[in-house]
Amino acid sequence: MKLHLLYFARLRERFGLAEETLEFDGITVADLVAYLQARGGVWAEELDGSRSYRVAVNQDIVAFDVALPDHAEVAIFPPVTGG
Amino acid sequence: MKIRVQSEAFDLGAEVDAMRAGRTDIGAIASFVGLARDLNEGSGVAAMTLEHYPGMTEKALAALVDEANSRWTLLDVSVIHRVGRLLPGDPIVLVAVASSHRGEAFAACEFIMDFLKTRAPFWKKEETPQGERWVEARTSDDAAAERWR
Repeated sequence: MKLHLLYFARLRERFGLAEETLEFDGITVADLVAYLQARGGVWAEELDGSRSYRVAVNQDIVAFDVALPDHAEVAIFPPVTGG
Repeated sequence: MKIRVQSEAFDLGAEVDAMRAGRTDIGAIASFVGLARDLNEGSGVAAMTLEHYPGMTEKALAALVDEANSRWTLLDVSVIHRVGRLLPGDPIVLVAVASSHRGEAFAACEFIMDFLKTRAPFWKKEETPQGERWVEARTSDDAAAERWR
């Protein structure tokens, strides 16, 4: 499937990337996170669970066992701090 | 209902006037304005920059207002949140809720702020004497949202 990934705030800065398009053959959010962690370096550091982060699929925050729809917009970001 | 994400400042008085203009059924308007502070976690803060997730932000704020409308009988709600670089003393966020009676307006205003803090995709980065730092989420904010369940 094709995914459009977005990164925000601290994660955008650490990855040095605001967005990317990915051809991905996994199924769930957890599969995607494992795929990104396997890039190593800052990807592993930020996504191995030692720091909190959230995943939104098509602009709704979801649990990691959710299946990714084709052409989904997937955003990964730190816990929010507005207000 | 009014939901706006903007870099410009807002005026509480003007927003409240707009909310009540031409109607006589409103008995109460409760409002909250959040301001940028010059001190956080023991460090001076010279400025902060607010980043957001365009598209999801508006959707998340609309969902919060819908949830408030399902819990209380409200006559109008305005939510304005600023983005970009702000200085200490600058207003960041405004929530105003109109209803027939004060109880619902007070409760819904606090509810919207509590959930905005934990669900709306905004992030603050502070400029301090030690350099720039991203603000970390607070567990007290999670607890504040949790008590509405």
